[in-house]
Amino acid sequence: MHSWIEKQRNIIDFTLSSLSRRKGKNIALLLVYTLLVFLLASVMFFTHALKREAALTLRDAPEIVVQRISEGRYEPIPRKYIAVLNKIKGVTSVRGRLWGYYYDSVVGANYTIMVPENFPYKSGDITIGSGVSRVRLAVKDDMIPLRAYDGISIIFHVRDVFSSESELVASDLLLVSEPDYRRLFGTSKDLFTDITLKVRNAKEIPTIAEKIVLLLPDARPITKREILRTYESIFDWRSGIIVAILTGAVLAFIIVSWDKASGLSADEKKEIGILKAVGWETSDILLMKFWEGAVISLSSFLAGVLLAYVHVFFTSAILFEPVLKGWSVLYPEFRLVPFIDPYQVSTLFFLTVVPYTVATIIPSWHAATIDPDSVMRS
Amino acid sequence: MMMLELKNIRKVFNQGKSYELVAVDEVTVSLEAKKITVLKGPSGSGKTTLLSLAGCMARPTSGRIFLGDRELSSLPERFLTEIRRTHFGFIFQQFNLVKGISTLENVMLPAYPLGGPHSALKKHAHELLELFGIGGRASSKAEWLSGGEAQRTATARALINDPPVIIADEPTAHLDTKLSREFMDIVGRLKEQQKTVIIASHDPLVYEAAVIDRVITMRDGKIEGLDV
Repeated sequence: MHSWIEKQRNIIDFTLSSLSRRKGKNIALLLVYTLLVFLLASVMFFTHALKREAALTLRDAPEIVVQRISEGRYEPIPRKYIAVLNKIKGVTSVRGRLWGYYYDSVVGANYTIMVPENFPYKSGDITIGSGVSRVRLAVKDDMIPLRAYDGISIIFHVRDVFSSESELVASDLLLVSEPDYRRLFGTSKDLFTDITLKVRNAKEIPTIAEKIVLLLPDARPITKREILRTYESIFDWRSGIIVAILTGAVLAFIIVSWDKASGLSADEKKEIGILKAVGWETSDILLMKFWEGAVISLSSFLAGVLLAYVHVFFTSAILFEPVLKGWSVLYPEFRLVPFIDPYQVSTLFFLTVVPYTVATIIPSWHAATIDPDSVMRS
Repeated sequence: MMMLELKNIRKVFNQGKSYELVAVDEVTVSLEAKKITVLKGPSGSGKTTLLSLAGCMARPTSGRIFLGDRELSSLPERFLTEIRRTHFGFIFQQFNLVKGISTLENVMLPAYPLGGPHSALKKHAHELLELFGIGGRASSKAEWLSGGEAQRTATARALINDPPVIIADEPTAHLDTKLSREFMDIVGRLKEQQKTVIIASHDPLVYEAAVIDRVITMRDGKIEGLDV
């Protein structure tokens, strides 16, 4: 056992000095490799953290949201539906919600505006997300005007700006009282944007959804699970775009590693011949080449993953922001909660480290099976 | 150390092709232990091929090679490597040092796969370099060495695993007269250490040296004469 360890140590020693001989080539390879792992790992960490954030945000969301569909489109839902939904067994609470979008022509941004369940302030007051605060240069106790549906401006008193922890969902948010909302959009008192239901037993959700469709044929129930799935597919689609862009980088890397792997230089071949001639077995040479591939790919992998971690969780994925977060004007400024999925990291490992290491070994195996006698004649 | 015997050895390159070459043709010879034997002959006479066959670097097309009672020519590659590592030390015509690594590392190379303690191995390599008067060049890169230094480094490398047989192919081809004589002095020291040395050379400084026990003359792949 001790001699086995010494043998590995000796061969690793030689591998390291071998690598330092072809410094330029190996450093270039290391940089390309690290960059690739960094980009892939960044996309992976980022989409995963966002999905997780979305899941956490939706944890307290209602089990079912009911919308009204008319002519295949979504329409405000009548207040009287609340009474019908209240009668369904298993439903613990029913509440009409008011929310919509407000286009701010001054800065060219879209805000989400909604009436919270318990708005602590009076009519004429507003609380705003930090994104809105940034673009409108509005802070607590400022006044901001919003243009109502009939063209008349309503002046709101900013009572609060949301904290940054909730910025992912609250960056573009405006919270107002119910009367102000109805005044702003001209929404009738008999209408809500949608209705939310809380259900005691999660297993009953599909049955309740079926009952809703039977009782209110023009209603469309959306379950929490469906919302979560939509979020996930949006993030998956966005990360898909990045991955598509990265395909070019991946291909370039494959070409580089294939070139390195398939083309052993005359010097490298001669060196393998010398090692065989002085008594190295084919397996010793493969072991050395294995370590050579492993040193490059493992260090690149670790550096790439580490840089991606810093990029995503400390700089909020500054490079991908425009594509992955998708806000038009209001970029949320927030820090994602660090979260790493071991399954994804190991997938990345097997897609980068393993193929490279194998690609390094195969041509060396070809070279290592030649007769050492050829060295005598060189 | 046992005697090395080659019986009816034939080595053909590119067999069956129009440019087939018979490098060694039905050679039978015994190489005695603890003696210095020189294979002499012009270029293309088959010296180097016979040397590589004797050192288990290549397999004969036909014929058998014995190390004592053990037949080597039928052994699988793994065992041949093992024999090569434990029984033979090689000094090549071009020295074949690995460029970019230090002289010391070059000397240590053949011992790496054996898995001996690294510090002991390093010490032994240093001792060998000191023995050949190039201890001061231990950390120099192989490509910075002069011809004589490279030659001595190659010799130290051949001795690192303490093999009983040293095989040298045209060891003085790239050395001037003074350095060639110095090399023959080293060969004399190896003889004192009871090593078997087999040298292929067409340099009179080698085959006429007093230290040589036996000269085998080759021509066209055959043995032309044996001088003892």
